[in-house]
Amino acid sequence: MLVLSRKKGQSIMIGNDIEISIIDIQGEQVRIGINAPRNVTVYRKEVFEEIIKENREAALVSVNPELIKGINIKRNENQKDNDDNRQK
Amino acid sequence: MQLNTKHFGVIDVDERETLYFPSGIPGFENVKRYVLLGKQENESPFFWLQSVDKPDLAFVVTDPFYIKEDYYVDVDDEEIEEIQITDAENVLTLAIVTIPENIRQMTVNLKAPVLINMKNNMGKQVIMKDDTFPVKYYIMSGGSEPPR
Repeated sequence: MLVLSRKKGQSIMIGNDIEISIIDIQGEQVRIGINAPRNVTVYRKEVFEEIIKENREAALVSVNPELIKGINIKRNENQKDNDDNRQK
Repeated sequence: MQLNTKHFGVIDVDERETLYFPSGIPGFENVKRYVLLGKQENESPFFWLQSVDKPDLAFVVTDPFYIKEDYYVDVDDEEIEEIQITDAENVLTLAIVTIPENIRQMTVNLKAPVLINMKNNMGKQVIMKDDTFPVKYYIMSGGSEPPR
């Protein structure tokens, strides 16, 4: 990993068209400005990692396809209440 | 084209039905080709996004609009440029289902739907920037909290 020191108000360029600026520094917190082409998606790393983790978990399915077919889902709580009422 | 899958054994897949994910799916970036299985069987809301390149990789997917009636997808045009979506028509929206051992705790990822451009069979998982919909939406309780 390349490590650079930057002061408030300074920037770094990644390639020709991505600029990362240090907007402000308050103790442990850094405010970062990002200028990038619109087709470059920018996420907080936690969000992206959460999706990766969820996908990996989802890919572990060891459930029998026949079993999944048999699952009935209640679309929402109201509907569930209606169903319950009908049964009574 | 024959596929030796983990869940369905050997199946025959029409090559023209192959879906191409240029960026893969986060966590599985190198797996680019998938097919949808079980979509024609109307009795179940669940079907499978089965990898072509990696036969032991498959995701259970569902229609998020069926799971949550007020669901919507909000992404920048630029993000779906990659799969050349230009209008909402001919886009198939899927949500990936996670099924833990306790099947009642199954969740669906509403924050990051999979969009498929039916015109060119290209797909991509997009991540919505706002937090309206959770990564773990519990189907059985209809919310972010697990069913009691």
